[in-house]
Amino acid sequence: MSRPTSDRALILHLAVLATLLLLQLVLPAYHHTNVARIMVYAVLAIGYNVLLGYTGLLSLGHAMFFAAGAYGVGLTVHWLGWGPLAALAAGIVTGLAVSALAAVVLMRTTGVAFLIVTLMLAQAFQLTAQYFKDLTLGDNGIVIADLPPVAFDWSIADPSVKYNLAWLAFAFALLLSLLLVRSPLGRVLVAIRENEPRARMLGYETAHYRVFAIIVSGGLAGLSGALYALLFGYVGTSMASLQNSTLPLLWTLLGGPGTTLGPLIGTGFMFYLVDIASSFTSSYLLLVGLALIALTLWLPKGIAGKLRQRWVPWLP
Amino acid sequence: MAAVTLLEAKGLTRRYSGLLAVDDVEFSLEKGEIHAIIGPNGAGKTTLVGMISGRVSPTSGTINFRGEDVTSMSAPERVMAGIVYTFQVTSLFKPLTAAENVRLAVQRRQMTGFAGKLRAGDARVLERVDECLARVGLAGHADRVAAELPYGHQRLLEVAMGLALEPELLILDEPTQGLAPAEIVDFMALVRKVAETATVLIIEHNLKVVLELSERITVMDQGRVIAEGSPDEIERHPAVQRAYLGA
Repeated sequence: MSRPTSDRALILHLAVLATLLLLQLVLPAYHHTNVARIMVYAVLAIGYNVLLGYTGLLSLGHAMFFAAGAYGVGLTVHWLGWGPLAALAAGIVTGLAVSALAAVVLMRTTGVAFLIVTLMLAQAFQLTAQYFKDLTLGDNGIVIADLPPVAFDWSIADPSVKYNLAWLAFAFALLLSLLLVRSPLGRVLVAIRENEPRARMLGYETAHYRVFAIIVSGGLAGLSGALYALLFGYVGTSMASLQNSTLPLLWTLLGGPGTTLGPLIGTGFMFYLVDIASSFTSSYLLLVGLALIALTLWLPKGIAGKLRQRWVPWLP
Repeated sequence: MAAVTLLEAKGLTRRYSGLLAVDDVEFSLEKGEIHAIIGPNGAGKTTLVGMISGRVSPTSGTINFRGEDVTSMSAPERVMAGIVYTFQVTSLFKPLTAAENVRLAVQRRQMTGFAGKLRAGDARVLERVDECLARVGLAGHADRVAAELPYGHQRLLEVAMGLALEPELLILDEPTQGLAPAEIVDFMALVRKVAETATVLIIEHNLKVVLELSERITVMDQGRVIAEGSPDEIERHPAVQRAYLGA
């Protein structure tokens, strides 16, 4: 908790960001796109980690927040003809609004009840999106193409524009989570995770803090979804599926819940695990499954969790 | 010295589906005193202090604290008003260090406004943490993980967290349970020190501790107050001897 520790952590995070920024200069085209995708997904995982890793709330509904952000972009582009930045802003606002609404419902629940309610909300969201298929184009989805440039002559179709937008969002999410977990507020979230009744008797109205965590977490998921829609050009109802809700859970568990760098590590690891396994065999999910079992057996605290436990105790 | 009433409970009742845990209790605390509540198991002691600290909501009755009606306040609001409860079974943030446990209590009063919630630890908070740990004699254990502390030290850590909240009224629920005799002696000295700055309400089974430590004693049995007075009066009280001392 002394100062040098904090600064060491900050330097590490800035170094990770600098590495990712410079990586685009040397990566071949294929991996260039992959890393951009990983960074967009990592924003979702970072948001998920705020809730699971730091507040101790397990959600099975984050696909809803992700899809809300994506629809904020898709609908405004498709129906209103908005430009990329205005649409991105709309996606972020939509994600935050859905998170805030969900938080009002979810503030009364913790534990298993929280998990079930998030699952129900996301299912309801997906079914609603399917029901209004005149508006959302249902399962076929909205394809976003031929957007005007973001600024100057930076077209969203340009891989390096994609990469740098993804990097910006990732940098924002990573630094936000670092700021949060090192703040008094972040310590209260950890206190809620460890012992909520005790936290209440220290004078913390814990339900308010849980609402805050849900909005931050869902807001980041919305940002990730909005960016996904913008950069990869598609929004569909399947985005809100249960399977999509389990992905950030897996990424966070793999990378290390309750560590700021865990979500990036977990997302990258899982992405390349699927990528490499599917180049060998069409039953790649079998290999992925085996790898996941091995990790939970030997690294129950995730990759970054293990690193912290064994070698770098100051890792935030 | 004229006694100033710090807390006053009137007609306090709590019913658990047919069972009257606390039955129409009048109870008051004077500022600066060490007040004990004793009584056999199931007498309603923990329910009574639960209602005072806000963990249990009363079925009926009112609680006044410093002249203000706090009956409808939530537990966290009462903590901020100065009513601090320490748990009967130690309830710590187990994987965190002793210092981090206390820090969560210390920082509560600094967290005003949005900036206060985000500002990273300033030196004053850390200083207060050290102070609180030193007050209970845990200065050398700041960086030890709470779960790994010996039980007696965990109890002291509970008290340090209570003190860090700057209580007006500190409620200790069976604090000496599970402590070794030597630790009990130290603990009593600590409570006396605490009482210099706060009113102490203590639930305790160890009669020796109660008689030696407290200035006023309330005896409960079957949800009712059956006696109240100084340690001398209580020791001689016939109803107490019947119900509690088994004479």
